Amino acid sequence: MSSVAVPSGFGRTAALFNSVVGKKIVMAVTGVILFGFVTVHMIGNLQIFLGPDRINAYGKFLQENVELLWPARIILLTSVALHILAAWQLTMLNNFKARPVAYVKKAALVSTYAARTMVWSGPIVGFFIVYHILHFTTMHAYPGVAPDDVYNKVIYGFQRQPAAAIFYMVANILLATHLYHGVWSLFQTLGVNHPRYTPWIKTGSKLFGFVIGMGNCSIPLAVLLKVLPRTL
Amino acid sequence: MRLTLNIWRQKSANEPGKMVKYDVPGVSEHMSFLEMLDVLNQRLIKQGDDPVVFEHDCREGICGCCGFMIDGVPHGPQRGTTVCQLHMRYFKDGDELYLEPFRAEAFPVVKDLLIDRSAFDRIIAAGGYVSVNTGSPQDANSLPIMKQCADMSMDAASCIGCGACVAACPNASAMLFVSAKISHLGLLPQGQPERDRRALRMLAQLQEEAFGACTNYGECEAACPKGIKLENIARMNRDYLKAALSYREEASAGGAA
Repeated sequence: MSSVAVPSGFGRTAALFNSVVGKKIVMAVTGVILFGFVTVHMIGNLQIFLGPDRINAYGKFLQENVELLWPARIILLTSVALHILAAWQLTMLNNFKARPVAYVKKAALVSTYAARTMVWSGPIVGFFIVYHILHFTTMHAYPGVAPDDVYNKVIYGFQRQPAAAIFYMVANILLATHLYHGVWSLFQTLGVNHPRYTPWIKTGSKLFGFVIGMGNCSIPLAVLLKVLPRTL
Repeated sequence: MRLTLNIWRQKSANEPGKMVKYDVPGVSEHMSFLEMLDVLNQRLIKQGDDPVVFEHDCREGICGCCGFMIDGVPHGPQRGTTVCQLHMRYFKDGDELYLEPFRAEAFPVVKDLLIDRSAFDRIIAAGGYVSVNTGSPQDANSLPIMKQCADMSMDAASCIGCGACVAACPNASAMLFVSAKISHLGLLPQGQPERDRRALRMLAQLQEEAFGACTNYGECEAACPKGIKLENIARMNRDYLKAALSYREEASAGGAA
């Protein structure tokens, strides 16, 4: 029969992460951090529509505050790592093993497309993040020689490689579906569910997913449609 | 009416099973689904064939024994209904149906549509109870309970442990079942002394039994014949988090210092 030995200190944190609900809580908390990041990141980037001066000043501001930039990067990278680790373990160690013999016929009654594709939207968005960092941050994947200013860097980057712009849009639509299920899910995982406000949380997460997906897609789309002109 | 049934036939836990097609004529709309299978079984027995094994007991929708998949839905297409209470009037002449056992690593098939659900019993034994002192009962009104709490507790207690939540869940997770038991006891004053321990032990046992984790699909809530709500899983997560952070082992000198 089962018994619980609940350890203290670091052991207790490890025990929390060893449990399936504990891992879900880790995913929810890191999900809040990552959700906050994508929101701020989108608002920051939409300044590109306010002209080269605004977005270049924003880029300069981020680069100059190293004492803020690196702590933020470390928190974000740790969150991404924990989010992926917990998702990987829950999926591979628990969920994929829980039904070894598949149904001949299985109906989906209420689950959303977004919920059923979390295991695919997650890895694709994860791959996109790696590519995005190599593309515009470290510049290893940047096509050709990059202009010095942020504004033209974005325009040239997408114009020289329209395929990259299309991949950005696909990845952000998947990010939108990931957020649609993920945002309401994190409330449920953290124990926030009430008939009075859960419908609002679900509507809100749909809205957030849509706004972030559209906001992020608008930039590569505007470049491809030449709404944003080159200034160099 | 005349139905075509594709039924999962499996001789024993260790032998591979397969879908077998049966033609079932003369089905009355007044029959329950299990009575329709009884008629098929009578014919199979007369022919000298092995009857289709399925679990059943009360046939009133309250014991939790029956249950299998009908066209990929636990207990069939009628919401809030166990398969024994499902009547043939919801089907029409010429329908072709697929009957399969509930599938999960934790629910091994015993034979045909019959599965072994003792994993649920072991989860209950791990913490799904309250310890009560024997002796003469105390006055029924000596423990005040808020009406809302009593109602929510009763709603959670209507879980019959049939396993439809596990069967419906794409991850074969048993969170709805465990959360119903945790809510049923945790909402009442009698459940408070063991509340932390209950969440930790029942969830530890759930993991031992190789059920999956919850990804908030909501399929369990939709398939549950007793209308157990996802809200219970949120309550269980709250209980677990609080217990994991604040639980203390009993100390031998406890209370003396």
